[in-house]
Amino acid sequence: MNKLKFSLAFFVLSILTFAQSEENQLCFDCHSDNTLTVERNGKKISLFVNEKPFNNSVHSKIKCIDCHADINPDDIPHPEILKKVNCAKCHETAVMHYDRSLHGDAHRKGKFLAPSCESCHGKHDILASKNSRSKTYVMNIPTLCGKCHKEGTPVSKLVSVREHQALDDYSESIHGEGLFKRGLIVTAVCTSCHTSHDILPHENPLSSINKNNIATTCTQCHRKIEEVHTKVISGRLWEKEPHKVPNCIDCHQPHKIRRVFYTESYPDDLCMKCHSQENLYKIVDGKKKSLFVNYDQFKTSVHTDNACFKCHTNVNFSKKPVCLNSGKVDCSMCHSAATEDYQISIHGTEHNKGNEHAPYCTDCHETHNMKSKVQKNSPTFARNVPELCAKCHRTGMNIAASIDASKKGIVSEYVESIHGKGLLQSGLMVTATCVDCHSSHRELPRKDPRSTVFSANIATTCAQCHLGIYEEFRNSIHSPEISDTDKKLPVCNDCHFSHEIGRTDQGDFRKQILNQCGNCHEEVTTTYFDTFHGKVSKLGAQGAAKCSDCHGSHMILPTSNPESKLSRANIVETCKSCHPNSNKKFVGYLTHATHHNREKYPYLFYTFWFMTILLSVTFLFFGTHTLLWLPRALREKRLKKQKHSK
Amino acid sequence: MNNEFQYNGGKKYYERFDAYSRFLHILVIISFLTLAITGMVIKFSDSSVFQTLSDIMGGYEVTGALHRFAAVITFTYFFLHIGYLIRKRRKRKSSFKEMLTGESSIVPNKNDWYEFKATMKWFLGKGPRPVYGRWTYWEKFDYFAVFWGVAIIGSSGLILWFPEFFTQLGIPGEMINIATIIHSDEALLATGFIFTIHFFNTHFRPDKFPMDTVIFTGKVELEELKEDRAREFELIETDERYKERVSNVAPSTFLIRAAKIFGFTALTIGILIIILILYSMIFVYQ
Repeated sequence: MNKLKFSLAFFVLSILTFAQSEENQLCFDCHSDNTLTVERNGKKISLFVNEKPFNNSVHSKIKCIDCHADINPDDIPHPEILKKVNCAKCHETAVMHYDRSLHGDAHRKGKFLAPSCESCHGKHDILASKNSRSKTYVMNIPTLCGKCHKEGTPVSKLVSVREHQALDDYSESIHGEGLFKRGLIVTAVCTSCHTSHDILPHENPLSSINKNNIATTCTQCHRKIEEVHTKVISGRLWEKEPHKVPNCIDCHQPHKIRRVFYTESYPDDLCMKCHSQENLYKIVDGKKKSLFVNYDQFKTSVHTDNACFKCHTNVNFSKKPVCLNSGKVDCSMCHSAATEDYQISIHGTEHNKGNEHAPYCTDCHETHNMKSKVQKNSPTFARNVPELCAKCHRTGMNIAASIDASKKGIVSEYVESIHGKGLLQSGLMVTATCVDCHSSHRELPRKDPRSTVFSANIATTCAQCHLGIYEEFRNSIHSPEISDTDKKLPVCNDCHFSHEIGRTDQGDFRKQILNQCGNCHEEVTTTYFDTFHGKVSKLGAQGAAKCSDCHGSHMILPTSNPESKLSRANIVETCKSCHPNSNKKFVGYLTHATHHNREKYPYLFYTFWFMTILLSVTFLFFGTHTLLWLPRALREKRLKKQKHSK
Repeated sequence: MNNEFQYNGGKKYYERFDAYSRFLHILVIISFLTLAITGMVIKFSDSSVFQTLSDIMGGYEVTGALHRFAAVITFTYFFLHIGYLIRKRRKRKSSFKEMLTGESSIVPNKNDWYEFKATMKWFLGKGPRPVYGRWTYWEKFDYFAVFWGVAIIGSSGLILWFPEFFTQLGIPGEMINIATIIHSDEALLATGFIFTIHFFNTHFRPDKFPMDTVIFTGKVELEELKEDRAREFELIETDERYKERVSNVAPSTFLIRAAKIFGFTALTIGILIIILILYSMIFVYQ
């Protein structure tokens, strides 16, 4: 029975093959002639197709015209010039990838070095990549790619110097060793990492070897690698956000992968062999720089679980010692967001310019003794932040002088401020420290529009804590969302000051607020000081009504707004807060009156002038009276004396 | 008594002011100086000198309380004086007519006009010194200026003291502003007048310089009265009621010394206030 089935299948297949061969035979009638040539652009091109390799090829079962689709079998001989074969007809994805790849792009631009499909796969003799004789068989891949990508080829001149020896390096790497010396065909070859068709430069975010994708690429083979790499952020970020952990190639250099550091014991011991010596140093720019590492202290730091090499990534086993010139630690490997902010900040930009006063990560966070900001003994613990910043920003320190001479005493002012007292005296940990307003890594000068302390950003900065007040302020007449004006609208620090911010019910805040409002509202402030509230305020009366007592503080609205404290409906109540018997007539008192304005205040104007004339006339009359009397009386007295002496 | 008589060398003294009037004048001085200082610190609150003065006195709350307290004294002496006038008329059994138009009335009359003209002539050297009576025309002005001042400054001051009450009665709010101007400028007139014109007319004029203590001691030497106010001197000879006031008892040395200490203190404070006002008006105000 089985035999019969088999025979039947063979029979059908034979017939099909025959039919196909029949059609292909028509082509081979001409193209099997190895003398068949054509002349194009003065070049002789062979049109011979070797029938034997074709019949062995992966495409042997398909018809010639399936690929050479523009041939009409009923119209033979076909036109001399045919279109290029379109592989995408069957291999759609592969071609799509190729088209966007480095190879495809170069090919499209007509660069003659650029490979097309046939460069790697061949033409009529294409073999399946599983076939060990195929050019694309896994064992042959390095050779195939190496045709172009090895030292000395024209292509090698196009890629970066570091990659010149890619093929040599590969063959020495653990991958290459596995392939070549052990015949391990599951090992990684060029295409395993670079993909076969979608080859993109590593800068391209789509590239399989892009920093952000490399972990995914490696984990194709090295599944569960995080379980052996237990030291890497507990493995959680590995797949979710691989760009946040050091990626594979940070430790295992591409093409050269050979040795793996086992973080448990080996390298730290190795490092500490030398770095535990207290007198270890190097000379940088003529200055001694200690290379001593207090390992015990390091073990109490927040990085205690990290091996040395985790940060000092540039150690190289070809060097002796391995850490020679390994350079500065790049914290961005783990702390990319903070580092990005730092690069934007004035600290970062100045540091990059070479300003020796500009702090680097380690200047605030320390090096091996790094503590978490929640640890009380950390310099970045909230209560220690003012002292940390003061190291440079205290008056008299070089930085304090170089920033803004007008901002003197910022540290001493902060210490005395409500924020400073809350933090340092009361130990109130939610109090604002330097970094709460200036941000911790993205400090920018207040004139920079990106700065958290830039005038337009101040309100949102303060709103981080004072949200309720911010919401009131947003609806007030001073809010840029409400008032559209060219004049500068006040923000929090215009009234409350920045570093010297104090309680509003203490000190001379209430007195100063008059000057603050007066900066813009000049006329009403002048006239305010002409009336009772203003006059007694000048004498230091804390309780006397200040601008904010009548107009409100954060939620100032125009008097025309019914919600305003001074609207027709509310003004009597507002005055009642000080004058319990306030009434409709009482609120008619002019709190900003001047007797100098005849149009606006005629009664006051004429009263003032009546009084002034009355005074002038009286003094003029009696002044004259006295001035006439004095000489007469003196004369009389003299005469009287003379009489007496006689 | 005998000793004093001999000591005085036969000098006789006339009591121009009785004890009650002298007491009231001391009240006037104390309250007026207090009102002037505590008022001016507000009027010239722009001036750092007055700000310092306010601080020295204990700040705005203290000066405000003192001002109101002195205002109460002012109203008090004002009404005590009215009462005094009524009692005095009854005691002397004199008529209203005599009180208002008599020789020693303080109410201005035609004679004051002639006296004024004669004084002007004397000032300009075109006539002799006029013969003055119990009250000269400038003293009458001083006296009624107090009436005017207490009425104007007092009423406007009450509005400023009790603005809620007065507005409840129906006066408009702007009236408080007007009261401020009137109160303040009338006070400037009063202080300016008293500390310059009154001080000169009474104390600093060469024949009394540096001070006439009669308002504290009450007594003036008969010889001096004869020279200064001949018409009042004549009254003593014609009117029994005035003759009673003559005695040979001189004011005690203690009284004179106390009068001088108090008087000079008051004069000094007044002069200082004027200097501060002038300073502030020239360098700070407007």
